[in-house]
Amino acid sequence: MARFKKEKSGEVPAISTSSMPDIIFMLLFFFMVTTTMREVTLKVRTRAPEATEVQKLEKKALVSFIYIGPPLQERLYGTESRIQLNDSFRTVADIPEFIYMEREARVEADRPFLTTSLKVDLEAKMGIVTDVKQELRKVGAFKINYSTRKKVEKSKD
Amino acid sequence: MARKIPEINAGSMADIAFLLLIFFLVTTTMDVDSGIVRRLPPMPEKDAEIPEVKERNIFNVLVNKNDRLFINKGWGDIRTLRADTKEFLANPQNREDLPEKKVETIPFLGDYPVSKGIISLKNDRGTSYDMYIQVQNELTAAVNELRDELSRQKFGKPFSELEDQDLVNAIQKAIPMSISEAEPEDIGGTK
Repeated sequence: MARFKKEKSGEVPAISTSSMPDIIFMLLFFFMVTTTMREVTLKVRTRAPEATEVQKLEKKALVSFIYIGPPLQERLYGTESRIQLNDSFRTVADIPEFIYMEREARVEADRPFLTTSLKVDLEAKMGIVTDVKQELRKVGAFKINYSTRKKVEKSKD
Repeated sequence: MARKIPEINAGSMADIAFLLLIFFLVTTTMDVDSGIVRRLPPMPEKDAEIPEVKERNIFNVLVNKNDRLFINKGWGDIRTLRADTKEFLANPQNREDLPEKKVETIPFLGDYPVSKGIISLKNDRGTSYDMYIQVQNELTAAVNELRDELSRQKFGKPFSELEDQDLVNAIQKAIPMSISEAEPEDIGGTK
């Protein structure tokens, strides 16, 4: 009688959690694959303007970024748009050196394919952007990319 | 009798995996970098001759410091810019005041009248970047739409879905992306 009772105890069997690590690992690998590490600390605000005719930037390793926009710390640096290269504020005159350094960091075969991506805030004026473009032309960095967000097209009805 | 090796406790494996997962969750940025691709022209030589271009072959787009648009010396509108550009580049009725065409033999397309039109884009130092990108976007859209139309007509699918690089090159040759940006000068001052 006692044995009979023991087998039919009303306890709910514990849910096996042994497969939980597998699930977590799966998520982990997903994020590891899709992740791109943030390389720089942004000191300027760069809200990209919207556009419809955008192309994806391929080969992330061959892209160097130039950030232009109003400084995040307005009290310290004012509201005038500034150029940020790597981790610090720079002027237009520093761009050739920056491009040379970027070229040096790449394998020789890849250098012709180097693209410069301009991440410019939508409130910035064209004056500073034009200056940057002139410098890029001088050092022969002709391939550029204006960073934009993809605009969601409203349905026409 | 050999001693039994105690089983390693795997209960904390989930915790370790969680820790890594949270680290990647925080550091991840999912945004794909995209943008409008342009090729800058090389610096002009000191005493380079400015090539003569007929007035009918130039489509002047000017953006002033208040983000107003001038097209061929008249007020322009960003909403009609795309259609205007398309008409200029295609010149479907072969009008006298729109650009000339030069018949060229292009592989896969045969003889195709290539437009000699050039879009000249000029902006002020005080123009906002947002407006500049919108204008660039409309101009690019006009060229892309023309390429799409030609591609559908000749190869039966849109330009972006062409897989053969030769076909892509042929279309690009037939409808070139001829946007020329004027050498910058300071007009109207900075705002």
